[in-house]
This record gives sequence, structure tokens and C-alpha cells, in this order.
Amino acid sequence: MASKPRVRVPKKAKAGEIITIKSLISHKMETGQRKDKKSGEKIPRKIINKFVCTFNGKVVFSADWHPAVSANPYMSFSYKVMESGEFEFTWTDDDGKTVSKKAKIMVS
Amino acid sequence: MMKPEISRRSALELIGGGVVTALLAGTFADVAKADAKMLAEAIKKAVGDGAMKEGKITLDLPEIAENGNTVPVGFSVESPMTEADYVKTVHLFAEKNPAADVASIHFTPASGVAKAALRIRMAGTQNVVAVAEMSDGTLYTAKKLVKVTIGGCGG
Repeated sequence: MASKPRVRVPKKAKAGEIITIKSLISHKMETGQRKDKKSGEKIPRKIINKFVCTFNGKVVFSADWHPAVSANPYMSFSYKVMESGEFEFTWTDDDGKTVSKKAKIMVS
Repeated sequence: MMKPEISRRSALELIGGGVVTALLAGTFADVAKADAKMLAEAIKKAVGDGAMKEGKITLDLPEIAENGNTVPVGFSVESPMTEADYVKTVHLFAEKNPAADVASIHFTPASGVAKAALRIRMAGTQNVVAVAEMSDGTLYTAKKLVKVTIGGCGG
């Protein structure tokens, strides 16, 4: 289960500046390869398979994740800010559930 | 005159050793071939079978990763990142993991630079391969070997 989404976005930036955005969420990212130590049965896969970042409603960055992405997935990337607005970050689990987080930026 | 003496036992040992070595070498070659095939299939599935050029991609990976459960991966791709010419997607692969696919990172011209970082699992010492898909469809590739002390899959 995904919990505690965290993002780091600068509060202010100049128009045309390239900022770095960092994101982190708590999730086991169960690979589907591990076996239960008692029963010996495989633990079913359960990961966050999609991460999307939008700015003012438009997708500006996204990622498809496979089981090889570490637990508590971290992602950092860049964005060239031209105007003030709001980022929305969405993580989608294998079971379809999503977790979102918003962050605002002021452009001078 | 004494002949150099090879007893029956030592002769058998020599032959037996040779056979075992040959078998082992064969098995390792098969494993390497299977990994290469899995990697080639994963790349084909992601980007098709177009020609790939080397270059443009800089991979930032540790030479030695102590813990295969979380290996930091950073990369950047040279590109003006304009509407006409930008990096669409960077696919990451690890050839010796149970599945070669690691992640596909999608950029837009709004990204400013095609640069990202994440943390990945690695089952053992192996190459990390990146394939960059440009907006005009051209493909670039780069790889880097990472030595992994403790594997990070299954267990």
C-alpha cells in the first residue's frame, strides 16, 4: 500500500529556470519473486507501476516502473518553469488505486 | 630409460576435469546467451528493432554497489529539448535480473533537460543498459557495468 507521498519543489523560480523536482513514496514494491519463508509460496507482485507529474493539468513527466524499481520508490527529474501554477503528482498501484500530492510554484 | 609416467588414475582425472570444465563453460555460455536474448527481446518490445547508435547518454552509476536492493541510477541525454527535437523516452534495462525491464522514463519539451534519477534493484553484477528514444524516432544506447556485492531480487 502506497503511503506518505513526499515531493520537493522550489516555492519560487524565475521564468525559464530549470528546476529539479524530487519525489518519494512509501511502498514495499513487492516484486513477485520473493517466497513466503513459512509456506514456501510466492508472494504475489504488487508495485506502483506508474508515476505521473502534471503542471496546470498537462502531463509534463511520467514513468513506467517495473519490479526492478526499489522499495519506497524515489524519482527526481527536471522541469522548465515558464509560469506560476500547480504540480500534481500521481502514483498508481497494480490494483488501480492512486495516491496524489500537489505542490505550488510562484514564478517571478 | 625412464618414460615420463602418467598413471591410469591421473589420466582419468585429467580427462574428467577437462569434461567438467567444458560442461561448466557451456552452461555459463548458455546463461550469458539467455540473458542477452532476454535483454534483446525486452529492448525490441520497448522500442522495436531499429538501429541504435552509441552516445548522447551519460549514465551515472556506482562502480560497486554494496546493496543490490537499492542502487542509485542517474542519467542525462544530450538534447536541445525543444518541440521539434527532444528526448521522448529513456528505457532502462538490467540483463541479469529475473526480468530485464527496469523503468521507462517519459520526458516532454517542458522538461528543459532530459535528466532523471531513481533507485533500482540489481540481482547481481551486470550491465545496466539505457536506450533513449528521440522525438524523431532515432535511438541511442549506453551501458555501464555495476559490481553488486549482495543481490537484490528474491531471497
